[in-house]
Amino acid sequence: MSRRPYIRPVSTTGWWLRDGLYFRYMMRELSSLFIGAFTIFLILGLYRLSQGRAEFEVFTARLLGPAGTAFALLTLIFAIYHTYTWFQVTPKAMPIVLAGKRIPGFVIVAAHWLLFAAVSATVWLLAVIF
Amino acid sequence: MARSHKPIVWGLFAAGGTVAAFMLPVLLLLSGIGITFGLLPGDFLSYDNVRGMLQHPLIRLLTFGVLFLIVWHAAHRLRITMHDFGIRADTLVAVLFYSVAAMSTLTLFIALVRL
Repeated sequence: MSRRPYIRPVSTTGWWLRDGLYFRYMMRELSSLFIGAFTIFLILGLYRLSQGRAEFEVFTARLLGPAGTAFALLTLIFAIYHTYTWFQVTPKAMPIVLAGKRIPGFVIVAAHWLLFAAVSATVWLLAVIF
Repeated sequence: MARSHKPIVWGLFAAGGTVAAFMLPVLLLLSGIGITFGLLPGDFLSYDNVRGMLQHPLIRLLTFGVLFLIVWHAAHRLRITMHDFGIRADTLVAVLFYSVAAMSTLTLFIALVRL
């Protein structure tokens, strides 16, 4: 080994902007920034709910205002991308072998989307009925 | 072999990522976006309605579990992502993000117990 190995200069902060694959990787990782921030926002809303009516109405006014709506929509886009990437890796994370045959990856991914639809519909209906 | 706390935070990351994948889009629709797009009545997020929805202890327990896991999932992924941005002070980053997650968990717990 040479004593002064060549190290290719790489930007530590902007490397992910050079390539589509790196960019999609970073979007997947950054989904957690929006998901985490919005979840904390919702937790603060529940805290306001526990404080009383007036405090909660200040929160909902902020949530339903233009900034809150933009924040929620951005988070929704990142949340759906998170769901997509999370389901895409499931065949690798838990390959299923049935009767000595490997279940094709797309079947496992599709099963997750079906379950996603069922969970979403159930939560929606429960929330709207009660 | 030295014991590591890695399996705990990784377990929370995986569980939270799965919960977020299945539940977060519909939860976002219910908390705001649905009203904005006219899918839900304007008073869906009124004080009385939201308190009513969270009346049952089982719903409160589920709410706690879902939000708690999502927060820890995000904290762990952000910690790892800081490394990708060239930040090498991992211990400091870990303490910072996990502290925010722990404080959020405590706030959520207090809020749901007081309801």
